[in-house]
Amino acid sequence: MVDAKKQDVRSKFPPVENGKSRYNLNSGKYLKIWQGPQHPGVTGNMSLELTICGDEVVDCKTHVGYLHRGFEKLMERRKYIQCFPLVCRICVPEPDFNEYLFAVCAEELAGIQVPERANWLRTLTLEMARLASFLMWIGGQAGSLGMGTIGQWTMTMRDYMLDLFEELSGGRVYHMYIIPGGVRADLPAGYGERVESTLKQVEKVLKDVELSLMHNYVFKKRTKGLGIITPDMIDEYGITGPNARGSGIKRDIRKDNPYMVYNQLDFDIITETGSDAYARTWVRLKEMYQSIDLIRQMMEKMPKEGPFFQKLPNVLHWKIPVGQTYHKSESTRGEYGFYMVSDGTELPRRVYVRGPSYTHAVTLMERLAVNTNIADTAGLMVSLHTYPPEIER
Amino acid sequence: MSLKDIIAPFSVWKRAFEKPYTTRKPLDERPGAPRFRGFHMNDMDTCIGCGTCGEICQNEAIDLVPVSGTRHGDSGLRPKIDYGRCCWCALCVDICPTSSLGMSNEYIWIDNDPEVFRFIPGHDDKPWNNSELGYRKAEGYDLLDGKRVEMPMLSFEESRKSFIEMVQGYSVEQAKAEADRCVACGICVATCPAHMKVPDYIKAIRDDDMDEGLKIVYNANPLPASCGRVCSHTCEYVCAVKHKGEALSIRWLKRYIIDQIYLGDYQKVLEEGEPGNGKSIAIVGSGPGGLSAAYYLSLLGYAVTLYDANDKAGGMLRYGIPEYRLPYDQIDKDIDYIQSLGVRINQNTRIGRDIPFLTIYNEHDAVFFSTGLTDPYGLDIIGEDLKGVIPGLAMLDDVTNGITPDIQSSVVVIGGGNVAMDAARTSKRLGAEVTVLYRRREVDMPAEEEEIHESQGEGCILITQAIPLRIEKGDTTRLKLYWGKAEMVPDGPGRRPKPVLIEGSGEMIECDTVIPAIGQAADFSFLPEEISSNLSFKRGYVEVNEFYQTADQKIFAGGDIANPQRDAISAIANGHSAAKGIDIFINNFSDNRNTSGENQ
Repeated sequence: MVDAKKQDVRSKFPPVENGKSRYNLNSGKYLKIWQGPQHPGVTGNMSLELTICGDEVVDCKTHVGYLHRGFEKLMERRKYIQCFPLVCRICVPEPDFNEYLFAVCAEELAGIQVPERANWLRTLTLEMARLASFLMWIGGQAGSLGMGTIGQWTMTMRDYMLDLFEELSGGRVYHMYIIPGGVRADLPAGYGERVESTLKQVEKVLKDVELSLMHNYVFKKRTKGLGIITPDMIDEYGITGPNARGSGIKRDIRKDNPYMVYNQLDFDIITETGSDAYARTWVRLKEMYQSIDLIRQMMEKMPKEGPFFQKLPNVLHWKIPVGQTYHKSESTRGEYGFYMVSDGTELPRRVYVRGPSYTHAVTLMERLAVNTNIADTAGLMVSLHTYPPEIER
Repeated sequence: MSLKDIIAPFSVWKRAFEKPYTTRKPLDERPGAPRFRGFHMNDMDTCIGCGTCGEICQNEAIDLVPVSGTRHGDSGLRPKIDYGRCCWCALCVDICPTSSLGMSNEYIWIDNDPEVFRFIPGHDDKPWNNSELGYRKAEGYDLLDGKRVEMPMLSFEESRKSFIEMVQGYSVEQAKAEADRCVACGICVATCPAHMKVPDYIKAIRDDDMDEGLKIVYNANPLPASCGRVCSHTCEYVCAVKHKGEALSIRWLKRYIIDQIYLGDYQKVLEEGEPGNGKSIAIVGSGPGGLSAAYYLSLLGYAVTLYDANDKAGGMLRYGIPEYRLPYDQIDKDIDYIQSLGVRINQNTRIGRDIPFLTIYNEHDAVFFSTGLTDPYGLDIIGEDLKGVIPGLAMLDDVTNGITPDIQSSVVVIGGGNVAMDAARTSKRLGAEVTVLYRRREVDMPAEEEEIHESQGEGCILITQAIPLRIEKGDTTRLKLYWGKAEMVPDGPGRRPKPVLIEGSGEMIECDTVIPAIGQAADFSFLPEEISSNLSFKRGYVEVNEFYQTADQKIFAGGDIANPQRDAISAIANGHSAAKGIDIFINNFSDNRNTSGENQ
């Protein structure tokens, strides 16, 4: 937990024995407080058990279990097609990665090839989801450091993105659009224009956000040096996504293992070298611009017509041959993966969901929180961009 | 820290002068998107209550509940949705075979009574019932397949030259692919006269479990090899998948199961009957009704003796249906298994001629007769008795017996039923030119659609609205048939229009043979006076109760003489019911025992 050489009598840090901090709460030196599960500074249904000395955190323990809905187990009792409306609920703010990964696992095991246009539409949805998810996140990042106005702007923009989803899929939050075999519907008429006008609005707001947040002295002061992820922690904890890229690690599944149509799109991996919350904010902000660019590229390059759904066997008794597979994709938080095992029956034997938030919110947070101020824990946690629903599948 | 870092945050103020983004009256100013998955609506007239929506619902939010009125091919149930469970995934809309389910683009439904959120869409009056907008299944996206796996068939060029079976049967892959289309709604079960558990045996095909399939089939039908070929398949007319295009070929899937198993293996798969109970039953007629009764009675432990007037058992299956539709070895397969259970069949024994009816009536504990319709109707026109006028059934009978009928080179068949089609196509195979005359329109023809289609494909000429007037001796040919054109005159509501001869119209066909095939009547002459006076008859049928028991408690009757559906599968169902009825009548019945022949 804490470096051994800091442990002299005057240190605020309690001594560490067998990897655990030992402190006497009756000594009056330490105080234990809970942040969450009902707390605006925690990113959802989890809590931090903080031990503080003054206003500094000397030990942090994360607690989850407030949102367990047992999706992985539920899927073992449902036919493949019945899992499809279920998986999006694993991650509420960004459901599409679940839909995509579930579909692609089932397709691989069943040997189904989806039409090309379906892949374009799927990638389009994923990028739109990325943008919508980041718009919510940046509001949280600013809000957790007391800049609520920016959150109001970006949540509005997120709602405009949700309007686009509503038009495309029929649902605002749970889109249930990417289905095994392809997607459920084609683009509505005139969709491209509405996408473009929304993107323009979002772009304008992002510029304002950049100016008022990234060049904000208070924001800089509070986030620079906060939650430093050193390169050696990357592999130790299995850190992926913008959290890794903020530490200068070029790691992006869209580039490293291109899936769907990402190899036909023109983009670079965005990295920053600051390793702190400020650098991560930059990575995400730039990735939002990148998403806008990718959506534009896709609207341009996408085949204008063609089938978007490959006929499945009768889904009411669809048996998938024995096999197992793992698929991953680059979500806003990092590597999102689905591991599916089929035993040849109508029900999946096991579906395991690898949500990046597990690593980032449960273990990494415990380490990064130490030696921060109480007031910064909220900002730190948001800077890791975690969504508890995916921790507890 | 730069000066910019100090000043930049104040840029947020510029938005203080912008209009807010919030929509003040969202319900009025912003309706749901055209595809929005709002509240369910259901077209009551298109919905058939198949329950596929409930089947796919992963939340079990949909129950099928009875609503008023049941049409043919409609379960009489309608989906009731519980909005406490629904997750608005709209898979129910996607899978609906009739596309009757949809969703409106309504956002909000407020009520203080929680019970109203369990409702029957379309049935309960809701403001969005006629909404044009909302989620519908998109074009180009479909979870069900409306296209039937094509059955390998002989081409018409080949088929019209030989008596080889036309329908060649599915391969394993084809059968599995076809079985995969089933949604297992069970509307077919309700429609089948024998209530065969169609979805269950189709599942057995998917699971590649032919033994299980055979058991399920034999539970309700002991003549599956025959029925798998010539059943009138009422099931297929109501199949839920038919609403997407073509119905499942239920009949051919049944045939597939039977084709996969050798007769010698039946005994290993099918259950054994009960031990003999010392009672004996006589059955008159070895058609589908008689054979079915014989099978189920012998399973129940009765000693069954079957009396049949012909050389071989099978009745109309063998003597009425040509070999290219139902090969004789397939009838033999069905009958051989029934015989292997200990059923005694006395061939060439006509009751009333060789053995008096009273003898068997007194010797046995009960009698079941299913003698069928054997007396062809006459045309009632001049020249009917000329040489060259051969009744359809007599001609088909000859062909089965190996006698080539004397039809020469041109034939006119009169009638529009299956016998007429069989006679026409058989004549074609014997090398004759064939014309079919039918007095109503093609849509009115009682023959099966595929028979009409195939007969035309093989080159039979169909003339509709034609009424035969008289037959004369011909000059160059053996006969001359005069006929007149008919017009269709409405015959009151609910009845099909009737053909009326157009006065003055008259045409003539020169032909060698005229084959009348306009239906048959039952022949009850084998019943002695003291028996027949006790039974009651109505329009040529014996009157029976639900167990096919006649007014004489000891006598049961079934098949074409007792039910107006006049097809093999109804006769089989009658035989099964009569077997149960006889069991009850003889007081052998107990509730604990499974009389349906189902596995214990």
